[in-house]
Amino acid sequence: MAEFKKANSVGEWLDQRLNTTMLTKVMMTEYWIPKDINFLWAMGMILAFTFKILLVSGIFLLMYYKPDVNMAFDSVNYTIMQEVGYGWLFRHIHGVGASLVFLIIYIHMFTGIYYGSYKKGREMIWLSGMLLLVLFSAEAFSGYMLPWGQMSYWAAYVITNIFGGIPLIGDELVVWIRGNFYVADSTLTRFFMLHVLLVPLAILGGIAFHFYSLRIPHVNNQKGEEIDFEEEANKYKAGRKKLSKVIPFWPVFMAKDVFVLSVFLFFFFYLVFYHYNFAMDPVNFDPANGLKTPAHIYPEWYFLWSYEVLRGFFFDIGPLKAADIGLAAFGFAQIIFALMPWLDRSPTVAPASQRPYFRVWFWIMIVILIVLTIYGKLPPTGTNAWIGFYSSIAFILLFLLLPVVTSKEAAVTKGAK
Amino acid sequence: MKELKILGVITFFTLVTYWGVEPLAHSIFHPHVDPADYEFKDLPAVEAKGDVAQGQELVSMNCIACHSIEKAGFPAPLDNATANMSYGVVPPDLSSAGAIYNANFLANFIKDPATATKTAHKFTGNKVHPMPGYSWMSDEEIASMVAYFKSIAPASMTNEEVFVDACGRCHDMKYSKNFATSDVSNYMGSTPPDLSMMIRSRGEHYLTTFINDPQKHLHGTAMPRVGLNESAQKQVVTYLEEVGDSKKAEREGIAPYVLGFLAFMAFISFLWKKEIWSEVK
Repeated sequence: MAEFKKANSVGEWLDQRLNTTMLTKVMMTEYWIPKDINFLWAMGMILAFTFKILLVSGIFLLMYYKPDVNMAFDSVNYTIMQEVGYGWLFRHIHGVGASLVFLIIYIHMFTGIYYGSYKKGREMIWLSGMLLLVLFSAEAFSGYMLPWGQMSYWAAYVITNIFGGIPLIGDELVVWIRGNFYVADSTLTRFFMLHVLLVPLAILGGIAFHFYSLRIPHVNNQKGEEIDFEEEANKYKAGRKKLSKVIPFWPVFMAKDVFVLSVFLFFFFYLVFYHYNFAMDPVNFDPANGLKTPAHIYPEWYFLWSYEVLRGFFFDIGPLKAADIGLAAFGFAQIIFALMPWLDRSPTVAPASQRPYFRVWFWIMIVILIVLTIYGKLPPTGTNAWIGFYSSIAFILLFLLLPVVTSKEAAVTKGAK
Repeated sequence: MKELKILGVITFFTLVTYWGVEPLAHSIFHPHVDPADYEFKDLPAVEAKGDVAQGQELVSMNCIACHSIEKAGFPAPLDNATANMSYGVVPPDLSSAGAIYNANFLANFIKDPATATKTAHKFTGNKVHPMPGYSWMSDEEIASMVAYFKSIAPASMTNEEVFVDACGRCHDMKYSKNFATSDVSNYMGSTPPDLSMMIRSRGEHYLTTFINDPQKHLHGTAMPRVGLNESAQKQVVTYLEEVGDSKKAEREGIAPYVLGFLAFMAFISFLWKKEIWSEVK
């Protein structure tokens, strides 16, 4: 057993037992981040904070929510929204937060793609991030069902139905997921469990892993420059702070993050108080009714692009059924971003603006995703259906072409050097 | 500067996406309709001048066999359950008719209820509107009845009173404990929805044109045009808001404080950032 001397302060007492001095160094004051960054590097902290907001507001909602098809709607819209003190505030924060967390996830993700932060040792950061995207999607989908409004019910109906397209086991799988032959009380209670327990636990683990995966390859920087972190850290510790290419996580990196976070929170709460309908669909304030299909069924905005890929293939091609092609394309869309590190064949880590071919590819991808998102909401009739079809094809081609585009680019830039 | 440029690019793409999934999509889901017409100009004008005394006599001869007029001392001839069974709907008390309905609409309604309410498509074959039309009367007689209703109408009503008289026979509003007096599912073909959350699910803008003329948004719906005048309809929508969005005042009350605090925090944290970064940059 180690020898313990009498401690002269609480800090020392804790340090003897928990090694807090070392912990603070490793986690905060000597955790090195590149200095050459812009506000996009604050998105990770914004996400962590927004998740915390969702967790806390969710805990308050959980105290009054009733996961039962006969009580869910009223427990949300009457008990929480009208009777509980500031219950409406927690619900608005939770609803708007769920939408904004995806906006920031997408910005965070496209920042990673733009700056090439998914390759040359950073593959695990990328993969764990993609895992978090899947987990947040599951969390959003299961949570959307809980108020048991019209869109909760019909989105659950449509999305669980998708699994019916899986060969051989499809029909049984749908029944297994729903716990019934149709979307029913059993479906609500199991998605409630997923939303408040299993998926949040997985997300917490995912976040811890995502942070850990940054440790070895380190955070990327605005130029994609390879930094000798040890040498630069020594410069910093020696007092040559302006010369060093790195900054400590605390307080320097966080000083910037807190400022960006405050601006974000202002925007967040403006939406909470004044402009929440985009995140809390009015249709969902009609109670669920399995006998009355809404005129338009659509998922929340952050799922629209992949939803459009799913329904973009609206006619049979030869022996292939439209629904099966759509499902295959949907599956492709779900996993393809995770494969970025291997689809990008160029070894260059640099912002897209420095990469002649990839730059074009990146902006086309952004435009196609926005087109898919918008047409994912519009009724799929007439021209809309064809725009959906062609942009779904374009989306798939874009990713199939990425290895070709990037190897060509690698050859060209090498030749130029 | 570079950071502002990045912010501009992100804001641009975010706004384009927002525009597409919100304003654009909603303009397609709910095509533009003409603004509410509180004069009901599609109905012919009943121009005759009415006489209150004649109206009182006509009403007591023609209306009170089915309708109560509590204000004038005529109680309901049947209890609600029996009335509902006999007519398919509880005939409304007429005390406030002169206050909440547009006068010309009321005259046209008395003449031909299905046409005035735009529900003729629900009364085809051997189905007839529960209220018989009085088109056999002269315009003058009808105008007299309307004049009588106006003469007994209350000068002011609470939002809830207007709501109960205008909507409460068919619709429940369970969050305010208002329950329909009639079960119209039989003659209307469907149960009218609970109105508790309508202010959130439809919004004031939609409700304003919808209540004024339901066919504009839901072609073929069983919901009748009830002919509320502008102030009565405003009271109905206000009541829907009082019940379905009861925390609106609280929400808008605390918003400036929260946003003010966050703006202050952004300012302080900007200063902190500047201070800290002056050492390293």
